[in-house]
Amino acid sequence: MSTTTLPPTKKTEPKSAPKAAISDRARSERKLGWLLAGPAFLVMLLVTAYPILQATYESLFDFRLTDPENRSFVGLSNYWVILTDSLWWQSIGVTAFITVVTVAVELVLGFALALVMVKALRALRPVLRAAILIPYAVITVVSAFAWQFAFDIQSGFVNSWFAWLPGVSENTDWFGDRWTALLVICLAEIWKTTPFISLLLLAGLAQVPEVLQEAAKVDGATRWQRMWRVTLPNMKAAIMVALLFRTLDAFRVFDSIFIMTNGANGTESVSFLAYRQTIARLEIGLGSAVSVLLFLAVVLIAFSFIKLFRVDLSQARGE
Amino acid sequence: MRPAARGRSRRGVAGAAALLVTAGTLAACGSDGGGASTLTWYINPDAGGQAEIADRCTEAAGGRYTIETALLPRDAASQREQLIRRLAANDNSIDLMSLDPPFIPEFAQAGFLAPVPEDVAEAVTEDVVDSAVEGSTWDDELVAVPFWANTQVLWYRESVAEAAGLDMSEPVTWEQIVQAAEETGTLVGAQGTRAESLTVWFNALIESAGGEIITDPSPEDPAQIELGLTSDAAVRAAEVMQMVAESDAAGAAFSTSNEDSTATGFESENGGFQVNYPFVYPRALGAAEAGTLDPSVPEDYAATIYPRVDEDEPAAPPYGGINLGVSAFSESPELAYEAAECIVSDENQAYYFVTNGNPASSTAVYDDPEVLEAFPMAPVIRESLELAAPRPQTPYYNEISVGIQRSYHPPSAVDPGETGEQASELINAVLAKEDLL
Repeated sequence: MSTTTLPPTKKTEPKSAPKAAISDRARSERKLGWLLAGPAFLVMLLVTAYPILQATYESLFDFRLTDPENRSFVGLSNYWVILTDSLWWQSIGVTAFITVVTVAVELVLGFALALVMVKALRALRPVLRAAILIPYAVITVVSAFAWQFAFDIQSGFVNSWFAWLPGVSENTDWFGDRWTALLVICLAEIWKTTPFISLLLLAGLAQVPEVLQEAAKVDGATRWQRMWRVTLPNMKAAIMVALLFRTLDAFRVFDSIFIMTNGANGTESVSFLAYRQTIARLEIGLGSAVSVLLFLAVVLIAFSFIKLFRVDLSQARGE
Repeated sequence: MRPAARGRSRRGVAGAAALLVTAGTLAACGSDGGGASTLTWYINPDAGGQAEIADRCTEAAGGRYTIETALLPRDAASQREQLIRRLAANDNSIDLMSLDPPFIPEFAQAGFLAPVPEDVAEAVTEDVVDSAVEGSTWDDELVAVPFWANTQVLWYRESVAEAAGLDMSEPVTWEQIVQAAEETGTLVGAQGTRAESLTVWFNALIESAGGEIITDPSPEDPAQIELGLTSDAAVRAAEVMQMVAESDAAGAAFSTSNEDSTATGFESENGGFQVNYPFVYPRALGAAEAGTLDPSVPEDYAATIYPRVDEDEPAAPPYGGINLGVSAFSESPELAYEAAECIVSDENQAYYFVTNGNPASSTAVYDDPEVLEAFPMAPVIRESLELAAPRPQTPYYNEISVGIQRSYHPPSAVDPGETGEQASELINAVLAKEDLL
């Protein structure tokens, strides 16, 4: 009896069951969701979509801010100028270098800090979290100035404190060479944003079920094995979300470069290039085209993370 | 009922708040209804001199106007960016602006400056050094009011020059001071950082060698601007730049040295020579007074005319300073020009010179005993201003200056035979909108 009735139900279940669920409770939940998120969505559209569309439109024109009367449509010519210029590719290289170095170091450091926060004594935890968060609360420009003063050949203390290190002396001009300048820029970025990544990883660590750790312990797994076989696989989603957010952020690096080197010695990032064309050179069309290309690069990074690494953004919400 | 009532009450509070904000904004926008007009003067950061002058002129106006100051960013390029963005949006909250001279043609060409009334033009150019009048002029018309005129001189430690056996009563060349510094183990300070100050240095070198950065300004079509960067004078300027940067007298931080760090280097124990603005002298006196610098250091300071590139050609020192522009969107341009005349009066220029170290554009100020007491080197500054050559006057100055900075930085990597050619190609391509900057 039962064998004659079950098969048809099994076949139809996967298709009909979700539809039935959407039609009643889920539908009203979805509606409520839209009602709650709708205003924020509209505001987002206004403050992000509008400028993006405006920049895309402006990028098709030859338009100098001080000469609006001679504005003319040039199609994709601005994009051609940018993509055939070696400065653009050099800036892409610098930006990618800063992104890879800072995100990699921040991931390791952030994970270590997250572990410290998880393992710390209960009484120490709030103080520890506040202390770790301080750099993230500092305005980037202020942090950039602090790092610049620290490494400055005249007013800085780094040269005298670290003169015992090979390659460092009283006369080391950190900002006078491309790689040493990039090193200081990366250090400032790492110091400033490691707390952010550690907080995201802390949330991921908290989601690893304790029961799995205990089971592994019972099975005789060492601390290192538990880390690689239990902790990390279970927080993969949180790690990928943290990486995605930081990579997007790092790719738009501007403040530290602007303050420390002003783009000298080949330290210009893509954002800096956009600033120089739009704000300094007043070429709104060309600058907008650089901004649009930067936006596309950021979209490409986000898309690659989500599709290639299968990042599930809902994991960030702990669903 | 309750939630609705709470909602109404919230709406009421929000409405009242909106009204308050609107009323406040309207009050801030309007004039005082028959009272004094408020003029807003956008000033570059200084040691408080411009704010004091604004107070003095407000008092002297007898209630006709009040001058309020608004602070611009630290460097000249950022000051330009902020002002242009505001003026491009027809911002009428700006009345007076402290403008760096090389950017004045750009403001004038864009129609951002109110025309200078004839009587004002006559009054503010009388007994004013030529370089300051030239720096306020665009298209053969005075478009700004000369305020203070800066120039770089050659500062040297008397003890160092004496030890090197250099006769500083005679004009000296770059080669001579570098040699003297190397012999005495001291430094030659110049601005080698990638910033506007590098263009200032390069312009002084090329002008001193008898050339110029722009040979044909072509204000209507930037693509037709002709550059003099491949001339013999430009090659000679590049040679001097490279020679200084490569010498032992340049110091480790030469490629990141700006005016401030050059002054700091000159204050140190191996300070020997530096090209810099007059502010370095009150700065050293202030440090000595504050106890952070040995008083014998500023006592050892002396100044002479900027070094020559070639022994037989007089130097063309840098010209800088600040001139006053009146915004074309100001609601009270007449009052703004009246205020500008007050600001640039001889008394105020003398006050600014003595207290802030910013030299006057008015020649009469250099005879003021108070000025001569505070600045024993005032006659040298005046002579330097007469010799000074302005940077290229063009509405596209930013492109040209940044192009030079990109090509001639770091100065130690300059190749006299190649760099001029590369700089010309880059700047011409940028002006033709075929290259990024």
